[in-house]
Amino acid sequence: MSDRLTINRRAFIISSAAVGGGLAFSLDLPFDPTVARAADGAPELTNWVVIRPDDTVVIRIARSEMGQGSLTGLAQLVAEELECDWSKVVTEYPTPGQNLARKRAWGDFGTGGSRGIRESQDYVRKAGAAARVMLIQAAAEAWNVPASECTAANSVITHAQSGRNTTYGKVAEAAAKIEPPKDVTLKDPKDWKLIGKGVKRLDTTDKTNGKMVYGVDVKLPGMLNAAIKDCPVFGGKVKSFDAAKIADMKGVKKVVQVGDSAVAVIADTWWHAKTALDALPIVWDEGPNAKVTSASIAQWLKEGLDADTVFVGNQNGDVKAGLAKAAKTVTADYAYPYQNHATMEPMNATALYTADKCQVWCGTQNGEAAYAAALEASGLPAEKVDVYKHICGGGFGRRGRTDYVTQAVLVAKQMPGTPVKLLWSREEDMHHGSYHPITQCRLRAGLDDKGNLETLHIRISGQSILTALVPSRLINGMDPVTFQGLSPKGEAAFGYSVPNLLIDHAMRNPHVPPGFWRGVNVNHNAIYVESFMDELAKETGTDALEFRRKLLAEHPKHLAVLNAVAERVGWDKPAPNGVFRGLAHFMGYGSYTAAAAEVSVDGKKVKIHRIVAATDPGYAVNPAQIERQIAGSFVYGLSALFYGEITIKDGRAEQDNFDTYNSMRISEMPKVESIVMPSGGFWGGVGEPTIAVAAPAVLNAIAAATGTRYRTFPLKNHGLTIA
Amino acid sequence: MARLVINGQTHEVDVEPDTPLLWVIRENIGMTGTKYGCGIAQCGACTVHIDGVATRSCSMPVSAVEGKQITTIEGLALNGTPHPVQKAWIDLDVPQCGYCQSGMIMAVAALLKEKPKPTDADIDRAITNICRCGTFQQVRAAIHAAAASA
Repeated sequence: MSDRLTINRRAFIISSAAVGGGLAFSLDLPFDPTVARAADGAPELTNWVVIRPDDTVVIRIARSEMGQGSLTGLAQLVAEELECDWSKVVTEYPTPGQNLARKRAWGDFGTGGSRGIRESQDYVRKAGAAARVMLIQAAAEAWNVPASECTAANSVITHAQSGRNTTYGKVAEAAAKIEPPKDVTLKDPKDWKLIGKGVKRLDTTDKTNGKMVYGVDVKLPGMLNAAIKDCPVFGGKVKSFDAAKIADMKGVKKVVQVGDSAVAVIADTWWHAKTALDALPIVWDEGPNAKVTSASIAQWLKEGLDADTVFVGNQNGDVKAGLAKAAKTVTADYAYPYQNHATMEPMNATALYTADKCQVWCGTQNGEAAYAAALEASGLPAEKVDVYKHICGGGFGRRGRTDYVTQAVLVAKQMPGTPVKLLWSREEDMHHGSYHPITQCRLRAGLDDKGNLETLHIRISGQSILTALVPSRLINGMDPVTFQGLSPKGEAAFGYSVPNLLIDHAMRNPHVPPGFWRGVNVNHNAIYVESFMDELAKETGTDALEFRRKLLAEHPKHLAVLNAVAERVGWDKPAPNGVFRGLAHFMGYGSYTAAAAEVSVDGKKVKIHRIVAATDPGYAVNPAQIERQIAGSFVYGLSALFYGEITIKDGRAEQDNFDTYNSMRISEMPKVESIVMPSGGFWGGVGEPTIAVAAPAVLNAIAAATGTRYRTFPLKNHGLTIA
Repeated sequence: MARLVINGQTHEVDVEPDTPLLWVIRENIGMTGTKYGCGIAQCGACTVHIDGVATRSCSMPVSAVEGKQITTIEGLALNGTPHPVQKAWIDLDVPQCGYCQSGMIMAVAALLKEKPKPTDADIDRAITNICRCGTFQQVRAAIHAAAASA
């Protein structure tokens, strides 16, 4: 309660309700001034729970929804402990400005790294439990009976002895005045009723009838629209532009420079803005990177495969001695390209700037980061800025960046008092990605005379995301995220036990901006390791499953998911005629994943018949949504494997749109059978882990079918397509 | 000035004849259920029906659709009752981010009109919309569910 008494009341009076997104607080009387209230006057029990007189339960969600379903999962976590009627649950986003004003009452807004559920589950469950305790106590006080004699279920509080009952809505007002308990006991997982149940999403209906308002759909009175072009060469700048040439074009209001690298046209409609921008002569100062090509980057990375200066991410034994005494050594070089997120909704944000206020409406994976960007770009004090989040039309990591928010505010600042929606064209979105980083990898194995893997050196050469985006998380210059799935321990641990092991990174950071791309570094790390494991199994004449089983003996959870897919796919029985199988396993984001693929190959056409995928996320809050995340991972991951590549020429991205950056269609989609096998005792992620095994399982099946081991990607460069 | 019939209502809009229908629907008429995804008729997020035929509105000049019956996602339900495709989408919890689903649903509704009981091969041929979340498995199941319910 003390937390709520010390808050700055002024901060609650925010008139943000104009366009969905945020909740609006008001503390206007006649209500009891010690109770925080939602805009409609309904009392707040804890920061996370508002209960209206009609029994509607409003659950606040701090993390962003971008399709992954955690909005529903987080509500399940609260509702489980609250013991409320699930059919009466609605959700709303607090704004980052409100979060700041209330000393981060809702914690971290960041929604990346598959941490929406796993890093909030503890405090949101406690918030639900605290609200339940308060509601019961309020009813008990009204009845003058001990709270211990009352029970709560389905939003109804019952005192069995006296046969009385009441509803949450009726006692919420009194409950909100009660001091929230400091300590609450959470349910034993075996008693969960709602957690673990594949209930339907809370946000589906409006996505089927056109009513869902994404950032791109925001409408404000008097709003103008802006189209933008940033220097196509990353790091380049605007030299000059000839605004007079387009001043007379229909609808054009203003042509503005945005920062030092971009130009925007503001017009009545976006179509007019874009049409005028396309006609605007712009001269760029392309800077020092204007001659960089994919070939020059590849050459630089290749040198890293032999470099002496490296960061060591995982090491045991003596690799040098191990290789020297090996009966046989096997070496293979792999390479993985730049890829764009290509969210279906291109980057956009709407901003309204006046001398004493800056408001932003947008989809973002990190409301607080978007707020910080708006704060910096506006130059206004913190209490005069806020961001209203909208459901994201895809995120995959891209909307964790805030470049588009900064741009929108810089544009709006040049039209004070007029809201301006900035929308990137698909071409702009393709040219200014925050790309999946580029790497190459050399794997070198030492086998003894019995074919045992005694020594393994994995050298990664390439880009560090943290260096570009979060240098504060580097450890003495080393980027630990580079070693996702290859780490000695932790949430992305390497599962294979090898007596002499060395995994190191020759950091090479080209000028092309890297970013967190669904799965991030597990994508290529899993391809490198799991392809090479199959190469070694073949080299030693061992079955691919048996070869792995032996090396995974010390990592039973890694092994369990692998065994599960092998059993389901029928690994011990022959595949259908003409069909070949591949396996892969990996760990990332605290979860264990494995996949088995069945493919047939006709010339260069690969038919993916069937995928069996298993995940052990510790606890499975909503298995139905986890299955959808798994199936979706194969679309995103296999689109990347077959088609995904951003190439660089003259310092810029060569691809413009989906005609040159293809994505899998329904005809190419394999049947995905999911095995959700939570083993309990830990909380792993869901949105990303499974993507790691999508590509290597299929690659291993293709190698089994064709005898050809593909080591550079995407596969379209080898003429392969999905049948 | 163009005269458009959208979801049974006539709209007079002051736009250049080559303006893509998508932007007229979104900006001049103000219905935002139809989405922009690529602008080059690749992704299908902008799919609407023109005289019942699924059409990518981002690449359709407004001058070409005057006098035709245009249906958008907002006009698919009949008198407030969700279209069988919308119902199947809700029943099977199809959307993830949902951004492509207006176009997907419109494409499927047109397919079912032409082929009330489509085979998987029919679906593969007719539905070429991009979904980056990868909802295809649920989309296929929901198409069959919608077909079965009709």
